[in-house]
Amino acid sequence: MLHLILFFIFAAVCIAAAINLLAQSHPINSALSLIVVMGSLAVLYLLLGAEFVAAIQIIVYAGAVMVLFVFVIMLLNAGTEEHTGKSYVAWFIGIPSVIALAALVVYSLLLHQGQTGNASVSSTSTIGSVQEIAKLLFGKFLLPFEVTSVLILIAIMGAVVLAKRGDN
Amino acid sequence: MVPLSYYLGLSAILFCLGVLGFLIRRSIITIFMSIELMLNAVNLSFVAFGAYWGKLEGQVFVFFVMVVAAAEAAVGLAIIIAVFRTRETLNVDRVNLLKL
Repeated sequence: MLHLILFFIFAAVCIAAAINLLAQSHPINSALSLIVVMGSLAVLYLLLGAEFVAAIQIIVYAGAVMVLFVFVIMLLNAGTEEHTGKSYVAWFIGIPSVIALAALVVYSLLLHQGQTGNASVSSTSTIGSVQEIAKLLFGKFLLPFEVTSVLILIAIMGAVVLAKRGDN
Repeated sequence: MVPLSYYLGLSAILFCLGVLGFLIRRSIITIFMSIELMLNAVNLSFVAFGAYWGKLEGQVFVFFVMVVAAAEAAVGLAIIIAVFRTRETLNVDRVNLLKL
């Protein structure tokens, strides 16, 4: 019961902050709303028994990535978004498609609600412990893990080269 | 005990809000934040399915998604800085030429 109450509180916070992200016209307000979304998602991960994911959600996303966003917003002195001509394709094809997609997904979930059970874990299980994740990450998923390190290296070099000032 | 479908519904709503932001916003930074919102929505469904089936692979996959998102944020923001340096604008409607 407590799980359900906490889920509804933080799901409501999450959706409200996501709507606020779209409604705000200044990028810094959108960035702060996104931090609220990520924080409440971290609480939902804790409810699902995923402590490790909740921790790296706060550290990597709300910490590192969003600091990068706020840094760039302030570096470029990004002001209020100016309103240029609307994209007719986006407004008349895109938005109805998005609403149709949301309606379809929610409808299918409600249709099959009886067949799926609860997503909460019991407090005695070891699912979600860092040790078990490390065994998987450095055992079964060792090759993808190493490939991601190469990806990070390429991303660092790409960011440095792209953001470098200069003619060449 | 929270039903799995609630988590998936929240994930779907967040994803659709991200798509909506991608379509209607004109600031390139806000568009970028909408992409992050979509990635977060997918992460939530990964963790929810992982908890539902009692498997840890879902959480490992979330780890990989986060790595890709971090790399994407670094490169994407560097591209935004490079675009701003040549165009002096962050509005995507004014960035309509590939050449400088």
